Amino acid sequence: MDQQTATFEFLCRMGDNTLVLGHRVSEWCGKAPVLEEDIALANVALDLIGQTQMWLGLAAEVEGAGRTADDLAMLRDVWDFRSALLVEQPNGDFGQTLMRQYLFDQWHVAVLTALMESADPRVADIAAKSVKEARYHVERSADLVIRLGDGTEESHGRMQAALDKLWPFFGELFDDDPVDAAMAEAGIAPLPSGLRADVDQEVAAVMAQATLVIPADRFAHRGGKTGIRHSEHLGHMLTQMQWLQRAYPGATW
Amino acid sequence: MYAQMVKSEATQDDPAKLAAFQARIDAGEKVEPKDWMPEGYRKTLIRQIGQHAHSEIVGQLPEGNWITRAPTLERKAILLAKVQDEAGHGLYLYGAAETLGVSRDEMTEMLLDGRMKYSSIFNYPTLTWADMGAVGWLVDGAAIMNQVPLQRTSFGPYARAMVRICKEESFHQRQGFDIMMKMAGGTPAQRRMAQNALDRFWFPALMMFGPSDKDSVHSAQSMAWKIKMNTNDELRQKFVDQTVPQAEYLGLTVPDDTLAWNEAKGGYDFAEPDWAEFFDVLKGNGPCNVDRLEARNKAWDDGAWVRDALMAHAEKHANREVAAE
Repeated sequence: MDQQTATFEFLCRMGDNTLVLGHRVSEWCGKAPVLEEDIALANVALDLIGQTQMWLGLAAEVEGAGRTADDLAMLRDVWDFRSALLVEQPNGDFGQTLMRQYLFDQWHVAVLTALMESADPRVADIAAKSVKEARYHVERSADLVIRLGDGTEESHGRMQAALDKLWPFFGELFDDDPVDAAMAEAGIAPLPSGLRADVDQEVAAVMAQATLVIPADRFAHRGGKTGIRHSEHLGHMLTQMQWLQRAYPGATW
Repeated sequence: MYAQMVKSEATQDDPAKLAAFQARIDAGEKVEPKDWMPEGYRKTLIRQIGQHAHSEIVGQLPEGNWITRAPTLERKAILLAKVQDEAGHGLYLYGAAETLGVSRDEMTEMLLDGRMKYSSIFNYPTLTWADMGAVGWLVDGAAIMNQVPLQRTSFGPYARAMVRICKEESFHQRQGFDIMMKMAGGTPAQRRMAQNALDRFWFPALMMFGPSDKDSVHSAQSMAWKIKMNTNDELRQKFVDQTVPQAEYLGLTVPDDTLAWNEAKGGYDFAEPDWAEFFDVLKGNGPCNVDRLEARNKAWDDGAWVRDALMAHAEKHANREVAAE
């Protein structure tokens, strides 16, 4: 794999993660448990969509095929998406949404922090802008996971169920593959596997405070970041997200 | 305006106190939460501010309907920012109403069981992307007409909330108009969508000001208290006069055959909306009343476990701190 292809793949992974998660979070609009959470969810979604514009914008530039960030977001089909399986999981209840957010945020801060040292200054620049938002996101999501985990019997049960359900999707974020190897060799991005020990420590500390038990099984579903096998959920999301661009090709909005 | 048909309360306070209160208002002084105020003034304001707050909250739904279908990343981001602003407006307004002695939870319950209202406009569906333009252009445009003068309203917390809200609302209106410009100057299908949105939202936007209030004693009391700054008809006229040239600029047709410039009054003559429809919508028979209230009730009910858990956690934490001392 040449470096241009690998870099494009890597940038799509970063941008598709924020796009798909940002979209999922935006599905909560007007339906949160309290008004403050309506505001927080919209804010997180907005940050993630803003980051998507930067990542996919750079991906399009690297690709050099005349596509734009919007073309990548709105005109690729499922198999061309490079988002991790975790972020395309449906919202479920508020607990499941929060748990998905927390697991993503803890990984996201780690990867963005490492990317600030990227040999590609464009990547380092996006990471530096994004990490400020991601740090706020993890502060909020960790705090809520703790409060809901150690809240009532019902909330504890819901948060444990959310962790059990989402845990098998966490491992994919730390998988290494030839794209990652090429990025690491060029000094553009760290090997994902190298981030795991520190992230695990943070997750263990938060779950302990939340009185939640991390499943012992480290089994991980794979296929999102490589695009080889997404879940069935992603296609439905795209039918909605891409509908206008698909129904009225060539229009500007 | 997001408050319609707000009944003002008759007041039975001591005439001397009432006169002194009126003198303060006439002198342009702001009334603050700890100041003495007539019961009628307090109750009318709770109703009006509450209705405005509820409108911001319910108003998230017709726009949320399009966030997941926004056509570009930028449009999605702008819409998210707008909806976030609206939830924020709800928060300031509930805060302003709380200073009058009613809690946000109490007001929420009154919204959910139908005792309190929100603006009729949010009971209309958003059917195409052009509706996101029309809502910003016409609905936010109509809201601003009333909210700008309310920055000078007599109740301090309400006036101050309105200053912040107006800044954001005028940004929303410009965004809406920007969508309309893109659509009106776009493909034939986009132009059709833009015209269709104007056709559906024109009269409901005119209804936002409420029926003619020239004979209403309630309205007179609210105006004397500077809770209401202009009559409904004045504001509606101003809105039409401002909006018609914008529609012309867009190359769109206002769906009113009687619309004509009246040189003598220096404004447009225009058709009244169908007031029977307006009263139907207020009674709960608008196209989306049932869906909107169901959505809000579901959000509230589904979120009960979260609110309970946050309270339980806070209590546990407080108890642990006490035990540790």
